[in-house]
This record gives sequence, structure tokens and C-alpha cells, in this order.
Amino acid sequence: MTRLLGTPDVLTALPNASKGLIEAIDRSGLVGRGGAGFPVATKWRAVAQRSRGQAVIVVNGAEGEPQSKKDRLLMTARPHLILDGAFLAARVLRAGRIVLYIGERHDDARNAMLRAVVQRTEPERRMVTVSAAPSRYVAGAETAAIHLINEGVATPTTAPPYPFERGVGGAPTLVQNVETLAHVALIARTGDAPNTVLVTLAGGVKTPGVLEVEKGTTVAEAVRRSGGFTEAPRAVLVGGYFGTWVETQTALDLELDHGSMRRHGLGLGCGVIGVLPASRSPVRETAGIMRYLAQESSAQCGPCFFGLRALADTCTRIAEGTSKPEDLKRLQRWASEVSGRGACRHPDGAVMFLSSALDLFGSEFANDSAYALRRTA
Amino acid sequence: MSKEMTLAVDRIKCDGRGLCAELLPELIRLDDWGYPILAAGPIPAHLLPLAARAVEDCPVLALALRRTERKK
Repeated sequence: MTRLLGTPDVLTALPNASKGLIEAIDRSGLVGRGGAGFPVATKWRAVAQRSRGQAVIVVNGAEGEPQSKKDRLLMTARPHLILDGAFLAARVLRAGRIVLYIGERHDDARNAMLRAVVQRTEPERRMVTVSAAPSRYVAGAETAAIHLINEGVATPTTAPPYPFERGVGGAPTLVQNVETLAHVALIARTGDAPNTVLVTLAGGVKTPGVLEVEKGTTVAEAVRRSGGFTEAPRAVLVGGYFGTWVETQTALDLELDHGSMRRHGLGLGCGVIGVLPASRSPVRETAGIMRYLAQESSAQCGPCFFGLRALADTCTRIAEGTSKPEDLKRLQRWASEVSGRGACRHPDGAVMFLSSALDLFGSEFANDSAYALRRTA
Repeated sequence: MSKEMTLAVDRIKCDGRGLCAELLPELIRLDDWGYPILAAGPIPAHLLPLAARAVEDCPVLALALRRTERKK
């Protein structure tokens, strides 16, 4: 089986690449591994159509999701594979420039990528520049990456224009996650994508960390390979902070695969599977994550900046037993109002996460609010 | 195919001045922080002049009319 990890990262000649690579990517069904899960072939065609030899490839290794570790691990372990994917993209999309966009705190990853760049041919080296992605949640968003490279500010911008229309330096731009580019490199070499996905197990498992699992592996199996639960679990957060709380039994049977998750109305996102131990309060946990997401708003759009803050404050009040009578209803209303009203998807992701908490932990939220009311009565 | 007009807000430009909701309450209301919530769907023909006025009068030029094509 072809795998990303556990194989030595050797520099070999770049396989031949033509427009046929886009067809091969299409056949493989590859979707972006950064979180949005967008079909890769569609994105490449959009850039190819507009490129006049001046397109730009942004290699996205920002990995702003706090619990995800898979991108930095892959950059550290397989930098040449990622670079192969980037240079193949540059050939097929007729790009003259490649920007490595790597999280500012991912030192090992950046060093490994730079060491690998030095080993490439001179024409290849000349194409590459490096930009540090600030360690903020939204810095990994496509338009934020472009904004940073163009103007030094890693905040999202209004789309349209989309990156494939006007990106880095105004040129058609492909922003692609590092794991996705590694898959592209293997498709070009072997004609087929590795049948695997990188996931990060976090929270209540004995050995949290990154796993490369075959697509279709169940969450139960991934938990087993992570040493099992530390204690009885209360729920599982599938897909990271923009993900969904799922009841444990349902979660254990889920298959780690973007398509399969979508059929269940879920998203694998950036591949984070977070286990919430039964001894932790789900309301507190939700409030903590909402606080983080509110702080990570780039404060450009009112509904996101004010809305997420209000949602986080309200969740915190409920968790601390100081809520007001109308707080629970407000949460529901604000969650539905805030969605879709930002320049980027930050508010949408945050309220999707919150809505899943209100669905799954409805009784806990109700109990904690009722406790506050009894106390103040 | 028929052409229809919809309203769009540039969320980064929008400062929540609220003029649009005063000029076009039929389609725009404000959230608890004063930012516009647009009614879904195309603008009914009889409201088009009012919508155009709201777009023109937005003090930060955040409101726009968009032409959208819809398959019938």
C-alpha cells in the first residue's frame, strides 16, 4: 500500500506532468485536506483556465487548528514529497512562483522544508520563497494567506475576487494544503492516490497524536491505535473546532474518510478527532472552544466579531451557573443569525460547532441554565 | 433564463450604520449589534427603486446590487 508516512523521503526526478494529471486527480476523487474538503481537480482547472504562465502556487502549511499536528509532521517527515506536489502543480498550471506558507511556530517543519528546497535544482530553487503564517486560526484561510503574502496582513478578504481569479500579486493562485500536495505527488508517480488519510487524535486517548489510517478505518480502530480511552468518553468532536460533537457510540462506528463522513452529514475537516472524557463538563468545554474562536475572529466583520463574543459570553455564563433566563434562547437565535454573514467562513464554522453542542448536550445546557435560575430565584 | 437582482453586503466594509434598514425595512433588518440581515432571494420588482436608493446611500459603500441568473 502506498503511504505518506513511514516511507523515506528521497529526492528523485520529478515525474512527467501534463494536463493529464488533472484528469488523474479527478479520477482519484482527491479533496483538499486543509479542512474545507474542496475537490482538488476543480480548483486546478479554475487556475489552469486563467493562467498565462504567471500563476502562483501557495503551499499551505499554516495549520492554525490548535489540535491538529498532521501538517507539521508531514512537512518534517516528507518535505520532498510536498515540494514534488508543488512543482508538479507549477508545471501543470504554468506557474512561475511557489510560496511556502508555514506556521511561524512550526520550526521543525520549516527547517525540514528549507533543507529540502536547498537540495532541489537551481531553476526550482529560484521559484520558491517562504512566508511565515501567524499562529492565528484564520491565517490558514486561502484569502488570508494571499493577503499576508501580498500585504503582510493574514486576515481574510472579501471574495470575489477568488484566489483563482486574483491572488498573489494579482495573478491566478492555487492555495493547497501540504497533505493534498503530497497526495498529488504520489498520484503523478504511481497513477493512484494513496488510500490513506492523516488524522490527529486528541483529548481523552492514552497516546494522542497523528495517525495515517487507511480510508474507511473506523474511529474505534483509530482510538485503539492511540492506546484506547483514558476513561469513559462523553462524546467525540469530529473535524476539529469547526466540527461536530457526536455521541460516542455513533462516533466509534464512523469511517475516517471525507466521502463517508459527508454521507453522515459530517465533515472530517482537517482530520482532528477529539475525545471528551465523561469527567469533563461538555458545557464548559464548548464554552472554552467558543471563547477561543471568538478571540480568533479577525474582527473585520461585525456579525462575527460581536456575534461570536456574545455567544462565547453566554456559553460561559451558562457553564459558570450565572446565566440569565433568556440566555439559552438567545444562543439559538444568534447562532442562526450569525451564520453566513462574514467575509470568510469563520463565523459559520463556529456556529456549526455550537449548534452541534446545543443538539447533543441540550440537557446539560438546560440543567446548567436552570441551576442559575434556581440560584438567583 | 431570467435575470434577477439580489442585494449583497461587503461584510468587511460594513460598519453597521444601519441606514439601509431604515430605507428598506421590507428586505433588511438589523441584528442585535446593528449589522444588516438581508431577506433571502431576489428583490421583488416593486422594491427595486428603494433597493437602488439604499445602495446609493450606504455611507461606506458596503451595499451592492448583484445581477443573478436563474434557470427557470
